[in-house]
Amino acid sequence: MKLKELESCLQQVDTFEEPKILLEQYPTSPHIAARMLYTIHNTFGDIDGKLVADLGCGCGVLSLGASMLDAGLSVGFDIDSDALDIFRRNADEFEISNLDMIQCDLCCLNAEVYARKFDTVIMNPPFGTKHNQGIDMTFLRAGLTMAETAVYSLHKTSTREHIQKKAKDWGVKMEVVAELRYDLPASYKFHKKKSVDIQVDFLRLFKA
Amino acid sequence: MKLLTHNMLTSHVKGVTKGYPLLIKATEVKVNQLDFNPQFVSRMIPKLEWGALVQAAGDLGYRQDLPGELVVDYEQNEEFLKKVHRVLLEVEVMEGSLKCPESGREFPITKGIPNMLLNEDEA
Repeated sequence: MKLKELESCLQQVDTFEEPKILLEQYPTSPHIAARMLYTIHNTFGDIDGKLVADLGCGCGVLSLGASMLDAGLSVGFDIDSDALDIFRRNADEFEISNLDMIQCDLCCLNAEVYARKFDTVIMNPPFGTKHNQGIDMTFLRAGLTMAETAVYSLHKTSTREHIQKKAKDWGVKMEVVAELRYDLPASYKFHKKKSVDIQVDFLRLFKA
Repeated sequence: MKLLTHNMLTSHVKGVTKGYPLLIKATEVKVNQLDFNPQFVSRMIPKLEWGALVQAAGDLGYRQDLPGELVVDYEQNEEFLKKVHRVLLEVEVMEGSLKCPESGREFPITKGIPNMLLNEDEA
């Protein structure tokens, strides 16, 4: 599948109907999702025939994309029933069967039970801006426990140094695959501007 | 919920030391065709608790002639891998529940999604 095709397919994915601000529910744009997945697939070979976990999957755009790129199985993890409902609807509409979902709280998860069970972990985690500071690192830590090969994630560029330091503490290597501008359209009532661009790093973390 | 996923799930109810494997009580099971990838199936097998898989398949009535113990040299055995493929990836529990073997707590499965969320007093 070509990048344009993938992006085109992902544009058909339904996203949050009533996003929950406390869960920092923002959809990953088809533009960013397609590029992320395409790189993971083409440059690193970490999707085709792999067991992929999507942490904080929301409505499933990353999982669906991974499945479209022939992941052996994509498993989405999320806390919210409404988001998972929409994810389920998307999967049915696209008739994608190499997909599964688990409803759970990643902050309470004992990630050890999933230790190295997944080949690849991908995520667009909450950034920790709404009374849940540090949640991005919790997701990252869980992902690193669960992944055999690598964790791919999006984080604010402003946190790069902090993550770099943590990565060292955890004995893993961190690579900035790309710098992106995450275009967030106004989705909540308190958003004053029409949209904002957030500088975001597309990171790859892997065991040394 | 596919059996590959089920094989990884455990119960984290407070105080439980071994919340595995979760007992499946299914009210709706579907079989969805999925392209067979022998390398993928072969690589997943070492990650599995084989006994738990066979138990789960049996409970759902899809065990057929899956052996109680792993066959030797399964990587080259396409017939065997096809059987494993079906049970791991094609059989799906759509409605039902998962029961913790220690606490008895039931985790519901709705539209194929197991809900592993704990209440405040269980976490």
